[in-house]
Amino acid sequence: MTTLLIGAFLLSLLVITAVAIVRATDLFSAVMLSGIFSLLMALNFFLLDAADVALTEAAVGAGVATVLLLAGLRLTPPTEARGRSLRVLTPAVIAAVALLMIYASFGQPSLGDPQAPAQQHVAPWYIEKTPELVDIPNIVTAVLASYRGFDTLGEVFVVLTAGIGVMFLLGGGRGKPFSRLDSNVEEGLSRHLIPKVMARLLVPFILLFALFIQFHGEYSPGGGFQAGAIFVAGIILFSLVRGERLTLAVIPPRVLLWMSAGGALLYGAVGLAGIAMGGNFLDYSVLADDPITGQHIGIIVIELGVGLTVTGVLLSIFHAFAARD
Amino acid sequence: MKLLGLFNYWVFAVLLMIGLFALISRQNLIKKIMALAIFQSAVFLFFITMSKIENGTAPIIQAGVDNQIFSNPLPQVLILTAIVVGISTTALGLAIAVRLYEEYGTIEDNEILALDRSA
Amino acid sequence: MNLADHLPALQVAVPLLTAPLVILLRAGFLAWLTALVASLASLGLAILLTVAVLETGTQEYYVGGWEPPYGIALSVDGLSALVLLLITGASSLALAGGRQSLRLDIDNRRAPMFYGAWLIAMAGLCGIAVTGDAFNVFVFMEISSLATYILIAAGRDRRALSAVFKYLIIGTIGATFYLIGVGFIYMMTGTLNFADMALRLDDVIETRPVIIAAGFITIGLALKAAIFPLHIWLPRAYTYAPNAVTVFIAACSTKVAIYVLLRFNFTVFHGNLLGHSDLFSVFIIPLALSGILLASAIAIYQGNVKKMLAFSSVAQIGYIALAAGLASQAGLMAALLHMFNHALAKGTLFLCVLAFILTSRSAIITDLHGIGRRMPWTMAAFVLAGLSLIGVPGTAGFISKWYLIVAVMEVPGWGVPLVMAIIASSLMAVVYLWKFIEAAYYGEPPPGGDTAALEVTLPLRALIWVAALSNVYFGLFPQLPLALAQSGTGTLLGGLN
Repeated sequence: MTTLLIGAFLLSLLVITAVAIVRATDLFSAVMLSGIFSLLMALNFFLLDAADVALTEAAVGAGVATVLLLAGLRLTPPTEARGRSLRVLTPAVIAAVALLMIYASFGQPSLGDPQAPAQQHVAPWYIEKTPELVDIPNIVTAVLASYRGFDTLGEVFVVLTAGIGVMFLLGGGRGKPFSRLDSNVEEGLSRHLIPKVMARLLVPFILLFALFIQFHGEYSPGGGFQAGAIFVAGIILFSLVRGERLTLAVIPPRVLLWMSAGGALLYGAVGLAGIAMGGNFLDYSVLADDPITGQHIGIIVIELGVGLTVTGVLLSIFHAFAARD
Repeated sequence: MKLLGLFNYWVFAVLLMIGLFALISRQNLIKKIMALAIFQSAVFLFFITMSKIENGTAPIIQAGVDNQIFSNPLPQVLILTAIVVGISTTALGLAIAVRLYEEYGTIEDNEILALDRSA
Repeated sequence: MNLADHLPALQVAVPLLTAPLVILLRAGFLAWLTALVASLASLGLAILLTVAVLETGTQEYYVGGWEPPYGIALSVDGLSALVLLLITGASSLALAGGRQSLRLDIDNRRAPMFYGAWLIAMAGLCGIAVTGDAFNVFVFMEISSLATYILIAAGRDRRALSAVFKYLIIGTIGATFYLIGVGFIYMMTGTLNFADMALRLDDVIETRPVIIAAGFITIGLALKAAIFPLHIWLPRAYTYAPNAVTVFIAACSTKVAIYVLLRFNFTVFHGNLLGHSDLFSVFIIPLALSGILLASAIAIYQGNVKKMLAFSSVAQIGYIALAAGLASQAGLMAALLHMFNHALAKGTLFLCVLAFILTSRSAIITDLHGIGRRMPWTMAAFVLAGLSLIGVPGTAGFISKWYLIVAVMEVPGWGVPLVMAIIASSLMAVVYLWKFIEAAYYGEPPPGGDTAALEVTLPLRALIWVAALSNVYFGLFPQLPLALAQSGTGTLLGGLN
């Protein structure tokens, strides 16, 4: 009951924040509010037992998305022009659809109902069979990496596509390095003492935490996506205090490109190895003599591929925005 | 009690429509991208709400603890994917918005439309 | 290890995994060549799959070795094979014919990224066609959409950027609506596999969430398929995309959305939702009709030949939607055949336009006056494909128009007015195509313009003619599309029995 009330409270805050985002004409405030929105959303996910999703929403929604929006805003005007107001029709239609959906909700199973059809068919099988078939504690990772590994392969390519798109539009990649690299630009926050000291203290721990999330994903919430996002957050913090040039000297654009493509290829190679060793595409059981060992090997390798691609792509995207004048 | 159990779904409906309204009514492209994020987040909430089971816990098996009730892992997996799709769309949308500003000198949709028409 | 057993997975994996290799390349030519080879390989795989489907029926494949509904199952039937042939064929045609044109549009340094995106777009579309899992469809839909946005944004005109932003917003709304619908169905059935959904929906038919799900999925996919009046993103996106990209996406991308729409509405909902076919028809037929009539009329007034053909596409999608909306055996046959035949005709037409623009550097009809006299070969191919678009006997377009009219005549009371609408729209197609053909053959060239003969290179001309003659070939020997459409209709209506 208490959780339910806390949840209701958080959800109300969520709606208020969403309205504030829409109403704000100062886009910087809107970006900050959308960071808050994502954190509130992450809290809700945590209350709803979705630890992995909460971690991802916090790292991706509140972290990476905010950084990208700020990087975009640096290149575009910071305030929104207020144009004509809308006619009556659109708000009316939209309100009607919302009411229709609320009306439909009365036919839905209510929150937490263990008898709901969604909890019956496929889900119990995952919970029951995972210890025997895949034998890793985190069932979410088992479903993500093995049972629905084809979706996750697709997911890696969605990230790669976004990276390709941003590099295509803004620069980056093989023939066209980030444009501002050679010019002498202001070196971040390096002249400010407090951020500099704090960042120096934090960055190693953030990177270490990312590695933990990467390699402990089978046992606790986490995996390649979250690890990649957190790793990137650490590097971006480094870049903010030490300047971009040094960051790019540490991890050059060429390496980023190889990471992006290599991670995706690694994932695909595991899939093809399944075929080569007599199983189906993405069948990890055949990768070792013992099916469960095979599953473990497969999951660890594809999670590594995911982590590589996410890190490479997100950093490339960050540099592509940051290097543009 | 029954009503409180449906509250999550109402918030889903309201957030979805706030996002859609902003997408249609706001002219600023960055604002549209943020509205798109709200719109997609609403769907995340919808799926995760579906996965919750009363007295359940996150679907991670702990050694030595028996008779645990686990919440449904499947919608959580789907939403992990959807979140990544969402951030990818945001990144690409932002890159296009930046290029639009470089070409048109504005990121207000109606002004871009006017420039297109006069061309 | 027998690779023939893995065709459905390879159909996606081959182009998908070639893409990261392409972006690592340095030179534009190599990137193009690799993309073309991968595309042709995919076409080969699609042909092998088609043969397998025709010989042994639906091909099932369990990714990761996990049985459905726990794992993701791929399932290729006649309809999927038809769509796969369209996707891989259009991609190969556009890549092979678009080399010169793409070299002008995309500078060498950015070319590897572009061709990488191209392969990902094609792999995503193939993924939608092979998978039997509702959420997997969403993932591949987003892969192909994101990649398509990149391809369109590569257009040289700055209006490509504003067009693609609108497409991105509308495309994401469409995909998210689809996802909401899938969520509601999962909520009521606990499964994501199409076949399993169809079985389990039986118990929960007529519940509010399922009806809402049908609404969200239909509207979301109608947005993606550009069914009138949800087509607003399409004309500008087609017009300002690089010409080779237009050849590719105009031939297949909206058809893939229609494919998913048919899968859901027939395999999953049809047998279960009482009166669903009525609801679906009532929703889709008026939209389809207004699309057929209005979009054809708008096409007449276009001054840009690409935009004219784009509006014509909206009208043609209307035909497909109308045929599917009849929800009958004959209607579905007509819809599937028209998907195939329209792709042939539109692919050829846009390829000819690519050639015109290659030589005259403009897509504005007044700039193209006299082009027919200067490029007789290409222009003749254009006329041939145009005849197929109109539906003249002897061309592929005639076959599907014929099936459409037969299907429409079955509708009690409405047969004659519907046939009149189809004929009216076909006459309008004659008008807008004639407007261009007349200008091309008899128009005075723009002042100061050249009048010397100027044709595109021989290989491109040959390719244009292969495409044009395929319109005639499938008009005279329609066995292959007929067999695939027959098999596809069978599986779609299987839900009824």
